[in-house]
Amino acid sequence: MTDVAETGFAIHPMDQFIVKRFFCDAAHADCTSNIQWYEITNVTVWMALAVLAIVALMVFGSAGRATIPSRIQSVCEMIYGFIYKMVEDVTGHDGVKYFPYVMTLFLFILFSNLLGLLPMSFTTTSHVAVTVTLALLVFLGVTILGLVKNGIGFLGMFWVSSAPLALRPVLAIIEVISYFVRPVSHSIRLAGNLMAGHAVMKVFAGFASMAVISPVAVGAVTAIYGLELLVAVVQAYVFTILTCVYLKDAVGGAHH
Amino acid sequence: MEAEVAQLALMGKYIGAGLAAIGLGGAGIGVGNIAGNFLAGALRNPSAAPSQTANLFVGIAFAEALGIFSFLIALLLMFAV
Repeated sequence: MTDVAETGFAIHPMDQFIVKRFFCDAAHADCTSNIQWYEITNVTVWMALAVLAIVALMVFGSAGRATIPSRIQSVCEMIYGFIYKMVEDVTGHDGVKYFPYVMTLFLFILFSNLLGLLPMSFTTTSHVAVTVTLALLVFLGVTILGLVKNGIGFLGMFWVSSAPLALRPVLAIIEVISYFVRPVSHSIRLAGNLMAGHAVMKVFAGFASMAVISPVAVGAVTAIYGLELLVAVVQAYVFTILTCVYLKDAVGGAHH
Repeated sequence: MEAEVAQLALMGKYIGAGLAAIGLGGAGIGVGNIAGNFLAGALRNPSAAPSQTANLFVGIAFAEALGIFSFLIALLLMFAV
């Protein structure tokens, strides 16, 4: 914070991602260091709000059970139908029984992303710790499910039988590497997109303090906010559809 | 002497972060290529386009992930190293 005093102008785009104790006055106490797992931080508060928002939407949406749905009920039905169709299209008929988990993932990520766009809020999905947890659960779940369902035949996925025999060991190594990179790219994609978008928004918001370019900066922030709205939904969709693609390997068997 | 070494290390850090960010250009080319080819295909056969949007997004996600990796390296150099 000394930069501000020295130059009068400084942008701190990454400050918004600092984990703090939620019930803590920064003027009198140190809110960021030595946080224990049981303490309420801004991350846990915004995650809880996302869960509460999902529960509220779904409970109020399905409470009426009207034949002609109300607006909120149509929203719930559209989300449900959209994800159900996606799971059915990508994983096939056998994958439909894992639909609840995919739906949970989609709703949690979508609501975390969208709540993070509120001014002064905190984007929980911009933290790699959060997205790695989600991605690792998918990775471990898919691996265990594949081994249980297909037995040792699941490993046949790495042995590309359509390729020439001389090429297969090389392809097997590449396939194994790409399989284990999956949770990395799965989680970093979500966290990186969200973090980059919010950091860019903060940088342009910082430019707004310069009088000459402030109209341009405010316009740019508005435009980027619209883009971020799109990114929030698309990234939730991408995370979910990749979960379905990985799930297909496990339930569809190695024969493809 | 100590100060010069520290300055040099700082310079290397920032240059490295800038170089790592070049990788995002490749991701941009890839994503644009996918979207452009999808649009070209969709205009030739519009009736087949809606069934392929899932593939479009999966392709974009895979192409984008590699750019995000290089962005991550840039961020690590800037804020973690």
